Amino acid sequence: MGEARPVTAPVLSEAEMMARLRDFVAAQASLAPGEVRVGSLRRLAGGASREQWSLDVELGGATPVLLPLVLRRDPPGRVGESDRGLEFRVLRAAARAGVPVPRVHWCCGDASVLGAPFFLMDRLEGETLPRRLLRNPEYAATRAGLAPALGAILARIHAIDASRPELAGLASAGAGVGSALLETRRIAEAVGRLAVEPHPVLDLAARWLEARAPEPGRRVLVHGDYRVGNVMFDATGVRAILDWELSHLGDPVEDLGWLCVRAWRFGNDALPVGGVGTREALVRAYQEAGGAPVDREALRFWEVCGNFKLALVFITQCRAWIDGVPSLELASLGRRTAEAEQELLDLMEGPS
Amino acid sequence: MNDRPTGVELLRAVERFLEQEVVPRLDGPRRYHARVAANLVAIVAKEIETEEAQLQSEWERLGVLLGLREERPSLRDALREAVRERTQALAARIRRGDADRGAWRDDLIAHLRRTIADKLAVSKPPRVTREESV
Repeated sequence: MGEARPVTAPVLSEAEMMARLRDFVAAQASLAPGEVRVGSLRRLAGGASREQWSLDVELGGATPVLLPLVLRRDPPGRVGESDRGLEFRVLRAAARAGVPVPRVHWCCGDASVLGAPFFLMDRLEGETLPRRLLRNPEYAATRAGLAPALGAILARIHAIDASRPELAGLASAGAGVGSALLETRRIAEAVGRLAVEPHPVLDLAARWLEARAPEPGRRVLVHGDYRVGNVMFDATGVRAILDWELSHLGDPVEDLGWLCVRAWRFGNDALPVGGVGTREALVRAYQEAGGAPVDREALRFWEVCGNFKLALVFITQCRAWIDGVPSLELASLGRRTAEAEQELLDLMEGPS
Repeated sequence: MNDRPTGVELLRAVERFLEQEVVPRLDGPRRYHARVAANLVAIVAKEIETEEAQLQSEWERLGVLLGLREERPSLRDALREAVRERTQALAARIRRGDADRGAWRDDLIAHLRRTIADKLAVSKPPRVTREESV
């Protein structure tokens, strides 16, 4: 997202933030405050739902170490946000399961330290812009291997034991209701509430999805925003899977379907998985790495549901502008709803 | 009646200014936003040029689908509002299940494909992608 998103003004000055971080890290690392140095704190561009800061932490003591870190924090004063502590524990569980993620260090649930809960994780070197992935020659090998790599990584994510006590609190569909049906109804309800124009294609999609929702099956830890834009990569392949704040308990095929949504192809429609691979290569690698067999109709359901959800994202952003958020970027997104609707028609009815 | 340049001509001038004079002198998020602005200006120009014909065609198609024979409003604002009302009626029928199967669904799909294609013809000049904002 661009910088025009509403940014909550920091309650603390950056100098004060660094001083408090120094004391926090010292306590966590059992060092004296004088043995910890915090520097180079700067706000990173990012979404409106959480803040990211870059910083360097130097730990003194017997064996000094320099840690390039990222701080993820709920915007101060914001309510109803995802649980930062839970995201921290999900990242730790993912690392233990062999999923490439930034290593997490310390988590602080005490809002009095920095105005909101936060955690600290490694700052990795790598590229995250899908456009560069698709165009730059140095990423040719990364492109070629990406769909199978993401399939294999996803199998590891879904194999994480989500019943562990430390993962308690993950959002999930209520008992007796499948996450497929619940997600369909949640999106349809939000479209009805937020859209300022009638959207017959979305009404059609809602009925299509209602009629085809897969039976509730095994629930696993789902990443919740598994797409190429949340992959850090370099010329050797995947460095890390980022942005776990939407992780929840659900149908594993949800992540596979979202990864196939057309918008992540950036025009390269011949390769449905992020513009770099085929559904077949993705699913084969997923299953070979231990993922449960993927029913093709379920995958189609979740891909349609993903495009349905993306239409809601555009409608939501457009509505924020209509409601007074003065962002040019938000203003530009309402007209993109038709792109998701075109894809929905093609998926439901076949290409015209 | 206003004098030349026409509204569309003025918008094309603004688009050209943004693309050629402003965008190259900026970088980072501001460069991205300047390109978004140029893109939006192009959308408005395209909409001014095409809206009347698109609305008339959409009105006629909706009339056939809904079995309505009212007279078409002649002023563009009234026509746009009338198309919105017909589309709301169409959406209500879809939610009732009228389009779950059958010949009417086929006609509906053809109408929706055309409507979406019209929208994309307006909104789809080569566009900048969101990721450039990072």
